[in-house]
Amino acid sequence: MSVGTTTGARDGLQTFPRLLFHHAQVRGNAPAIREKDLGIWQTWTWSDVAERVRALASGLAALGFKRGDNLAIIGDNRPHLYMMMSAAQCLGGVPVPFYQDAVADEMLFVLQDAAIRFAAVEDQEQVDKLLDVRDQVPLLGHIVYDDPRGMRHYNQPFLHDIHALMEMGRIHNRNHPDFLDTEVEQGRADDVSVMLYTSGTTGMPKGVCQTHAAFIASAQGGRQIDKLEATGDILSYLPMAWVGDHLFSFAQSLVVGFTINCPESGDTVMTDLREIGPTYYFAPPRVFESLLTSVMIRMEDASAIKRKLFHYFLGVAKRCGGDILDGKPVSAGDRLLYELGTLLVYGPLRNVLGLSRIRVAYTAGAAIGPELFSFYRSIGINLKQLYGQTETCAYVCLQPDGQVKPSSVGAPAPGVEIRIADNGEVLVKGPMLLKEYYKRPDATAESINADGYFLTGDAGFIDADGHLNIIDRAKDVGKLANGAMFAPNYIENKLKFFQYIKEAVCFGHERDQVCAFINIDVGAVGNWAERRGIAYSGYTDLASKPPVHELIKTCVDEVNAILAHDAMVANSQIHRFLILHKELDPDDDELTRTRKVRRSFVAKKYQVLIDALYGGQATQFIETEVKFEDGRRGKVSADLRIINAKTFPAAQQAA
Amino acid sequence: MSKKIGDVILDLQNISLRFGGVKALTDISFDVREHEIRAIIGPNGAGKSSMLNVINGVYHPQEGVIIFHGRERRKMEPHQAATQGIARTFQNIALFKGMSVLDNIMTGRITRMKASFIEHALWLGRAKREELEHRKKVEEVIDFLEIQHIRKTPVGRLPYGLQKRVELGRALAAEPSMLLLDEPMAGMNVEEKQDMCRFILDVNDQFGATIVLIEHDMGVVMDISDRVVVLDYGKKIGDGLPDDVKNNEDVITAYLGVSH
Repeated sequence: MSVGTTTGARDGLQTFPRLLFHHAQVRGNAPAIREKDLGIWQTWTWSDVAERVRALASGLAALGFKRGDNLAIIGDNRPHLYMMMSAAQCLGGVPVPFYQDAVADEMLFVLQDAAIRFAAVEDQEQVDKLLDVRDQVPLLGHIVYDDPRGMRHYNQPFLHDIHALMEMGRIHNRNHPDFLDTEVEQGRADDVSVMLYTSGTTGMPKGVCQTHAAFIASAQGGRQIDKLEATGDILSYLPMAWVGDHLFSFAQSLVVGFTINCPESGDTVMTDLREIGPTYYFAPPRVFESLLTSVMIRMEDASAIKRKLFHYFLGVAKRCGGDILDGKPVSAGDRLLYELGTLLVYGPLRNVLGLSRIRVAYTAGAAIGPELFSFYRSIGINLKQLYGQTETCAYVCLQPDGQVKPSSVGAPAPGVEIRIADNGEVLVKGPMLLKEYYKRPDATAESINADGYFLTGDAGFIDADGHLNIIDRAKDVGKLANGAMFAPNYIENKLKFFQYIKEAVCFGHERDQVCAFINIDVGAVGNWAERRGIAYSGYTDLASKPPVHELIKTCVDEVNAILAHDAMVANSQIHRFLILHKELDPDDDELTRTRKVRRSFVAKKYQVLIDALYGGQATQFIETEVKFEDGRRGKVSADLRIINAKTFPAAQQAA
Repeated sequence: MSKKIGDVILDLQNISLRFGGVKALTDISFDVREHEIRAIIGPNGAGKSSMLNVINGVYHPQEGVIIFHGRERRKMEPHQAATQGIARTFQNIALFKGMSVLDNIMTGRITRMKASFIEHALWLGRAKREELEHRKKVEEVIDFLEIQHIRKTPVGRLPYGLQKRVELGRALAAEPSMLLLDEPMAGMNVEEKQDMCRFILDVNDQFGATIVLIEHDMGVVMDISDRVVVLDYGKKIGDGLPDDVKNNEDVITAYLGVSH
């Protein structure tokens, strides 16, 4: 296979503008972009799009946009904004999409950093934001807006209606018929095609410069793995500034030739999803979770027969649905039942979810619960995970069909080389790597090592099937006393996938074994207790009930069984744990406001409990001060029982 | 704001309205100019809603003259008001709760449908063409009010603030030249009020509709209206620009009580 280098593109099609005009020639009448407007799906064919991009690019040129200029793109996923991206690329410029819900002050940094002279924005709201900061961005010379609503009283000469810009461009195009083709001809594969700003959780945002070659190679790798076809449809609703949208909606659509569908508004995405029935879909885990919850709640209100049928066939699906999707052998009886289930339950269910035409659905961005993941796969939706970051065009690992495991993020994608550093950090190399951070040679040098590998900052390992498992941020990973890797987040996430466990804190760095604090989920455990007739008064009381201890022990044991499977983490099995007498709370500084555990603070505050866990005691008395919401303080005390979990011998690497 | 306020399009002269022995309105005169936002304010029972009902022909005043678009009118039925370009919303929402938002707004087009009952029933001739045209107009209203996400939702399931917006949508669908709004912001929270203010200003600005509105929230009234009429016990006690009305002794007395 020759994919992996810039030669993956056919001769002459090494840039996105060339791909666009190519599609306009070979499938001019096929739909390129759809948008729901005034309640009706409007379609632009590839030749429509090519004509408009030509007009927009010529218009931009008439305004003075030049090779090397950056074009800010600010707004929801709108066809004209995608076209503006292409228009900038035609002229050798670089589109810089912004997160559209950022406030003006947040945009200021990027506007200044990227030296923005031209901006294409969606509507009045975005225009107002730019006008707010205009005196601090002296370079900003022209703003083009898509939606004229509310713009009647804006008469500043530097504001342009996008249709006026197109008209200007058409005139320019008539007067200089060869101009644009010459510009497109000058484009080269290793020109920067887009600049995506990283969200900047650490320090200031950095502009990641990606080339045409990088995104085209990534898009082609995806096409090869997922067998994407030009007849496909994708719903484009995630922020244009996010690398995933740029890969799936922009790059892959131009490489493969499938159709982008823009929803009517952010609130109508679910309805639009049902109407379009995309073949290719991306959503973060929480979207899949809320979809499932809404279905389950509605099923509770259905008639008894429907409910019985639903649950029976979900059982069948759970037993064999995933295997059928993966093409593994399944008994004839189950296969027959599954077919019946498809007719009666799964098919209609997929239809209600808007996923009946799905060939490939992806999720990424956060850990997805294995139950949730398996549910979608069991009803025949090919849900998969991928791994990547802005610096790698969101293209490092993909789960190939038939080899999908909830725990791993899949095998290295075509053309990608992965290496695990000694400290467990994942290093990657391939055609999808960033060219540089914009105006930050220091950061560029820091992120790529001498061998040309990009340092992802994630810790992970390659499992027995050759799949990459991501365990934690590299800086959080520690070592057990015997030298084995200890990744607290990885274990905690596994624990938190159980509905009964709300929060967990694992200890083990420089210790001989792993121990854990656990917070039960009062809602789920309370419900469980009520069904068993266990009376309780509140969290502390519930957490002290022996049956609850047993319940949590089964969860911990199960996690240990999973951990034992992988030699890399088998040493991290939880030996002893206790259920905390109070919930970890941001008001007590134990969690951050975004509900992440402040590990070192918790360790210090509950030092006595950690000592008890490692000291071998069976119980430990603790008294803790708590802050109530009204500012009063109180004390909670309890005798905590320390529970020994069951551990398993580590599986052999070969298994 | 660069809008052009035009000539008087509605002139009410010496209007008196009685229900038996109860005097609802006594000798009230004021006018409404084209493209303006005209507010009617006053304490409870001051006769504000009666005034709106006189304008759109629900009540017929015993005395007084109403001149609309230069023509004096005596007795007019509400549906005639509708065909003349007057649309309204109600203090208590008056929508069809079981019907979708789309269908509710569609009812605002009814006075403009020309095809006969038979044509509609059989989906013949003009009916289809008309339906498409009306649907387009309705979709524009839905887009304008940003309620695409509830297009197919039955109105009864919507929160109060959205129902108010749908009712405004139905009034707008009639493409009115004059819009009567009876307490469009009653019972709304601050955010919903801000949204509604924006829509009212946009309707006024973009559709060029003249707006007569009753409202209790003084902040809102003073912010968005061009001129204000104040009623108390069925009598007019003030009329003028928001600032003038705010400093009018009689108005302060009516609202805050007499200072001793």
